[in-house]
Amino acid sequence: MSRAGAVIEGRSLRVIRGGSVIVDVPSLTVEEGEVLSLIGPNGAGKTTLLQTVSYLTKPFEGDLFFRGRKVGPECPVLTYRRAIAMVFQEPLLFDATVFENVASGLKIRGMKRVPIRQAVAESLSRFGISHLSDRSARSLSGGEAQRTSLARAFAIRPDILLLDEPFASLDPRSREPLIEDIQAVVRSTGTTAVFVTHDLMESVRLSDRIAVMDRGRILQAGPPEEVLNAPVDEFVASFVGAGTMLKGRIKKSGPDTVTVSVSDREVESAGFFPVGSHVILYIRPENVTLSAQAGTIREDGGPVTSARNVFPGTVTRVTPMGFYQKVGLDCGFPLVSYVTMQSRELLKLAEGRRVTVSFKATAVHVIRKD
Amino acid sequence: MELIVEGIRKAFWLLVTGDPEVIGITLLSLRVSGLATLVSLVIGVAAGTLVALTRFPGRGFVVSLINTGMGLPPVVVGLFVTILLWRSGPLGFLGMLYTPGAMILAQTVIATPIVMGITLAAMQQLPKKLRLQILALGATRLQLVWILTKEARLLLLAAVMAGFGGVISEVGASIMVGGNIKGYSRVLTTATVMEASRGNFDTAIALGIILLVLAFAVNLVLTHIQQKERPR
Repeated sequence: MSRAGAVIEGRSLRVIRGGSVIVDVPSLTVEEGEVLSLIGPNGAGKTTLLQTVSYLTKPFEGDLFFRGRKVGPECPVLTYRRAIAMVFQEPLLFDATVFENVASGLKIRGMKRVPIRQAVAESLSRFGISHLSDRSARSLSGGEAQRTSLARAFAIRPDILLLDEPFASLDPRSREPLIEDIQAVVRSTGTTAVFVTHDLMESVRLSDRIAVMDRGRILQAGPPEEVLNAPVDEFVASFVGAGTMLKGRIKKSGPDTVTVSVSDREVESAGFFPVGSHVILYIRPENVTLSAQAGTIREDGGPVTSARNVFPGTVTRVTPMGFYQKVGLDCGFPLVSYVTMQSRELLKLAEGRRVTVSFKATAVHVIRKD
Repeated sequence: MELIVEGIRKAFWLLVTGDPEVIGITLLSLRVSGLATLVSLVIGVAAGTLVALTRFPGRGFVVSLINTGMGLPPVVVGLFVTILLWRSGPLGFLGMLYTPGAMILAQTVIATPIVMGITLAAMQQLPKKLRLQILALGATRLQLVWILTKEARLLLLAAVMAGFGGVISEVGASIMVGGNIKGYSRVLTTATVMEASRGNFDTAIALGIILLVLAFAVNLVLTHIQQKERPR
């Protein structure tokens, strides 16, 4: 039996092509109303896993359950496929009008004309493209075409929505409002969704859970804050942009904190590890605070703030990253911090500028290396 | 030059006066080639789609065969269909040789690879993911084929035009399996050959012009549909 409450459950899913394992996922569960993101670099197997879940990639090993019924013997494949809707990176519209495209899934299901008209009108309106109804799909812009594709998917009121990088081919001006719209529609309809992307921020915005994939495997799955703040290994950490990764060795171990020797410095972290253990520290850039140098370090070098880690540092590089600035620092070990433009000007951050760097012991995520 | 002018004048006259023999020949040409195109369309689109959508060992060889078949010499087709329908041949019991039915069969053999080849190319030209999208919309296999055929309809019209053009103008197979029997199996091409061999060039030219006009008219209609359907 599959888990109660799970809309989709995959067990021992494996896809092998040309002798190579493309997907190897022992367990995958998507709960009712949940939005799960599959993220990872190109070739990680995200799309293949999504197509496996949609039952479009065959053959694959393992079992797929839809609401507790095994797809195939207990739940016919066609019934399952008619419970899902899939949106690809390319809109893949038919050579017909927008109305006919949005109606296509309903026509396939043999729905009558009047309810089709109502469902299509509702879906077009949801995605703000009612005015395009009679237009040829071939004459649409990229954003309009992807909206039509999404309207087509939602028109059938799917139990599960599968999205394969639907925003990847759009320019930022089209992408942003579309992400907002899809977020609103998914939330308001309580649709269960699996969403493939390689954009971490998109997945954080849209998902309840993130699954990080590499080489066909899910390395970590959990709520966004868990994946971002507590990556299970170096790959996940680097993919989710943990910012700073430092190799160190446990020097002291207290009841709830450890002191880690990094280069010739000491970093405090929450947790417990045996003294002498080799570890890797992850520090997210948004958890690193910069301040003007004077007044924040005690005479003995200790902190005057609640942050257990305070170091004098020198700015090595400032890189504009759109809405924020990425600041490279040298504190005896390399460190990265994100600041706003306003903070950059206030602190006069530039290469060579000396600052005080602080971060809490709880902001340091430690993974044992040996 | 005088011969050509005379031919045109005679063709005009034959058409205006509604010469029963010419009208009969023209209608038979349309019936034989039209039916052959229709049958080849059903077989060619189905087979072309099947080859386009499936993967099997030796597929490349099959595709090569189809492509070769697009240029089948009508005389060779006529020869094999004659042997097939010969009294002592495998299908001799049907008694079809030297009938319009035999001509339809031969022309179908000529047109089917043309339709199949163009269908194959048309289906392969559609984005691969479109098939996945259609299946993901909940389509059955049959619905998948129907939707793909609709998507490729402009190229399939080209297949109809090529198929019809190929058979309305062929003479070798029709004369071999139809026998060019007056009032029974005589079509425009076979009649043209016969009149030319008799030295009746004016009649031959007249028949040739009718054949050209006929082929042009059919293609004009199909082209009009195709261009009207072209994406805006």
